[in-house]
Amino acid sequence: MSAAPLYKPAPRDPARSFQDMILTLHDFWSAEAGCVILQPYDMRMGAGTFHTATTLRALGPEPWNAAFVQPCRRPTDGRYGENPNRLQHYYQYQVILKPSPSDIQELYLKSLGAIGIDPLAHDIRFVEDDWESPTLGAWGLGWEVWCDGMEVTQFTYFQQMGGFDCKPVAGELTYGLERLAMYIQGVDNVYDLAFNSSGVSYGDVFLENERQMSKWNFEVADTDALFDLFAKAEAECRNALSAGVPIAAYEQAVEASHVFNLLQARGVISVQERASYMGRVRDLARSSCEAYAAKMTPEWSAKYPEWVL
Amino acid sequence: MADFLLELRCEEIPARMQPKAKEDLARLFADALAKAGLPVGEIETFATPRRLALIAKDLPLATEAVSEETKGPKVGAPPQALEGFLRKVGLTAEQLTERDGVYFAVVEKPGRETAAVLAETIPAIIRAFPWPKSMRWGAASLSTESLRWVRPLSGIIALLDGAVVPCEIDGIASGRTTMGHRFHHSGPVEIADAGSYIETLRAAHVIVHFSERCTLIRNGAAKVAAEASLTLVADEGLVIENAGLTEWPVPLLGRFDEAFLDVPPEVIQLTARVNQKYFVCQTPDGNLANAFVCTANIDAIDPAVVVDGNRKVLAARLSDARFFWEQDQKTSLADHAKKLSRITFHEKLGTVADKVERVAKLARWLCEEGIVTDSPFPPGEGLGMGGATPRPSNTHPQPLPSREGASLADLAEQAARLCKADLVTEMVGEFPELQGLMGGYYAAKEGLPQEVAEAIRDHYKPVGQGDDVPTAPVTVAVSLADKLDTVCAFFAINERPTGSKDPFALRRQSLGIMELIQKNNLRLGLHPIVSNQFIQALADSITARLFKTSEDADKALRAVFGEDYEDALDKRLFEFADFDKTEAEAQAKIAMANVPRLLDFFADRLKVQQREAGVRHDLIDAVFALGGEDDLVRLLARVHALQAFVTTEDGTNLLAGYKRAANILKKEDWRGIEGEIAQTGEEDPLAMVDDPDLAPVIAAKMADRHAAAEHLSYTPEPAEKALIDALDAAAPRAAQAVEGEKFADAMAALATLRAPIDRFFEEVTVNDADANKRAARLALLARFRDAVHRVADFNRIEG
Repeated sequence: MSAAPLYKPAPRDPARSFQDMILTLHDFWSAEAGCVILQPYDMRMGAGTFHTATTLRALGPEPWNAAFVQPCRRPTDGRYGENPNRLQHYYQYQVILKPSPSDIQELYLKSLGAIGIDPLAHDIRFVEDDWESPTLGAWGLGWEVWCDGMEVTQFTYFQQMGGFDCKPVAGELTYGLERLAMYIQGVDNVYDLAFNSSGVSYGDVFLENERQMSKWNFEVADTDALFDLFAKAEAECRNALSAGVPIAAYEQAVEASHVFNLLQARGVISVQERASYMGRVRDLARSSCEAYAAKMTPEWSAKYPEWVL
Repeated sequence: MADFLLELRCEEIPARMQPKAKEDLARLFADALAKAGLPVGEIETFATPRRLALIAKDLPLATEAVSEETKGPKVGAPPQALEGFLRKVGLTAEQLTERDGVYFAVVEKPGRETAAVLAETIPAIIRAFPWPKSMRWGAASLSTESLRWVRPLSGIIALLDGAVVPCEIDGIASGRTTMGHRFHHSGPVEIADAGSYIETLRAAHVIVHFSERCTLIRNGAAKVAAEASLTLVADEGLVIENAGLTEWPVPLLGRFDEAFLDVPPEVIQLTARVNQKYFVCQTPDGNLANAFVCTANIDAIDPAVVVDGNRKVLAARLSDARFFWEQDQKTSLADHAKKLSRITFHEKLGTVADKVERVAKLARWLCEEGIVTDSPFPPGEGLGMGGATPRPSNTHPQPLPSREGASLADLAEQAARLCKADLVTEMVGEFPELQGLMGGYYAAKEGLPQEVAEAIRDHYKPVGQGDDVPTAPVTVAVSLADKLDTVCAFFAINERPTGSKDPFALRRQSLGIMELIQKNNLRLGLHPIVSNQFIQALADSITARLFKTSEDADKALRAVFGEDYEDALDKRLFEFADFDKTEAEAQAKIAMANVPRLLDFFADRLKVQQREAGVRHDLIDAVFALGGEDDLVRLLARVHALQAFVTTEDGTNLLAGYKRAANILKKEDWRGIEGEIAQTGEEDPLAMVDDPDLAPVIAAKMADRHAAAEHLSYTPEPAEKALIDALDAAAPRAAQAVEGEKFADAMAALATLRAPIDRFFEEVTVNDADANKRAARLALLARFRDAVHRVADFNRIEG
């Protein structure tokens, strides 16, 4: 009987591999803060904050530490693969720590060290940048973190979510992965990033995708179908709300939000209409958060008798 | 005596809040001490991104002991009185002191230890601290009652004479431990006492003095620029902001690609400043250099690495700016302007395109009416200085050769139609503060006439006091039209400034109007212009609210307003069938009621402006009280002439005479010849006036009385005669001078009344027993008063 060959992973190399940088962050947050390492939410969304692990988990009294990569889609930022910095699809690394630990800044700086940023070689600064998402009825105070003048992370203490006070407050870290990698790898064009240590570049993975998706976002997407999708997502959100399944409702709000962004990219929403569409999305998202909080409150109150919504 | 140190350490405090936080800390601390009866000596405050601190020198170690004495009943007073008093003061009879037959309760309050006072004060200050925005954090935030601070509070140092003042707030206990620089110092730093705070932290790479960091940045940035043979473009705002972002500031110079210098220098400077907080530099010949100065918070291992990182970020920003600059130029300003019809100016006022249309009409009109001309009155030759007369209408303006046939009015209209076009450009979308400037650049690039490009660039001016006031005619026309329209339009929809609320900056805009008119000696009656602009705005407002398409609106409003829109508002507007008459009527009524309010608002702004310029407010009031004046240039000429006059001896004495005359008339309740009817016995002097049968009787009687007053029934005394003669000469002279806007002459005419009125009061008895004489003399005084009053309301002048 022969033993299976013992597997020993190769050491991470965040300075020369995009995926190793991500894996190092996973290692770090898993070990240092007991985070659950989640996979991306399987829906199109504009920011990691939309992930239910952030929005919905920010509600309620229960502790929650999680870290995950979230692909973000911003149709209007597409540049057909021709701009060295702008993409319509990119990655954010999200860490959510609830309640916010007292050493959260130290943890964050240590994570930068883990991926190779020496704070005596690079000028790290916490520059005031408060965050607000009217769509989610959410706001928080915090900073954008600068590394030699470049914003590499958004750091926020959530104060409200879905119109409710966060009790307790969660700390949210959002790393701009491509930017950080470009910095660490010393690369001026995002497509030149080494995706792994075996010769695959970011461009190999995503350049053609950017070209086609930019074209689709700006020129091809059938606007009638998009308007229809928006209306259907809105209706389905209401349907789910009335059926008492707010998580499903929230997904439809996320869907409506993305379809709205696509309509924006197609340039078919006038300035006046814009506010009205945003209001509709906001209404869906907030209603979903409210319904979720209302549904969960009995359970939360049972575990935390002192706690009120 | 002891020195006290307080340090409140937290996560990074926003730079913009630090200066105010220092002041607030000093104020709260001083107030708390004063309240506790501790003398407040020298207080020094410090702020860095990670700490807010205070050192108070020479505090006593305890508050003074106080002896409080309360007076009680007399000795021998009824026992109930004494019992009541003892209950009140909580003492026994034996503890009372007796003095001069009266009981006193004396309570000795011992002094409190300063440390105890401070231990109470510190948490109170933290809880009361007025941060513009504060937050909750951590496990304690499970309740919304948890402590709030600007960012999580992590430590408190409280040392009195080197000893810890023990206190605690939300689980944070005071001590003597702090942290040094985030990266240059690891581990805690122990502070011995207040005296060593600054130097101990300096050794840990923290410069706690905000002003010292400012100096380091200001001088350091200038030095690195000079080393590169460049001049730093000074920017005190950036110095302060960078001081608020660093504990150990190190200015570093970097270079960016010279090719970016194609982009206008203002854009580069703004990109560097707003997005990156970098300074920019100039070459020796005064042009923008391809250099920036960033302020690091570390002594970097290799500064070149930090500079290079910053260079890359700036390059990305500048590529965006260049992209906008090039992209915007692919579309003409006229085409950009078309998009303004998609931008709401205000929900009740329609789109920016509507506004532009109103401004263009008004700008053209201002030129065609000769209000704005190619050669305005040179300053110093205007009114009150020797007599300029209003110019005839410039109905056929002559094009200047350089304008290729375009008249001033054409250029003003063109500039007005394009002046807001840059609002829809990418560049202004990114940097709203570049509005106007970018339009000017794009106009020049397009080859539009220089006057038009300049007018687009400068039409927002003057922005606030001290800003340049435009004098180029095209710019003046557009700037004035834009501001007049904005103010009128908001008043027309009843959006008036109230108290401290002025969301549309109408006060500032009005001041701009005043300054444009004064600087350029513009002669215009504001009332008709304001009324007209109200109606235009109202029409757009009703259009925006009541009509689906602009064609409908056009048809409807043409029918409604016609040519004679002023009347139309009252009559035809409400006869039109296709829209909600009640709503339109209500809106129109509210709007037009605001016309006089706006004129009063202008008057108030002008008063404020003149007062700030040092003109006596009573003189301003004296002229404003006359009312009916909407020509600011004429109005100010009169104020200035009055100011010159009342400071002369003649002026002072005439004022005294005027006040005496006015007082007598008031005392005698003189209501004019007609008023004397009262003495016929009717209780209401004018009770019969409206009686149709009596009317001819009264008229005849009045005619008699007026005749009697003009042709005295007695021989006047010499002084009386002298005053009559002087008035006969001076009153028409003054009136004529006022008519001709020669206010100094009007004052001179009044001055001739001074000797006669003095003599009249000296020699003539007004209240003569003869009713005819009394009436005639009172009438004479009234004539004198009125003659003076036509020049200014002397009643309002102090002195």
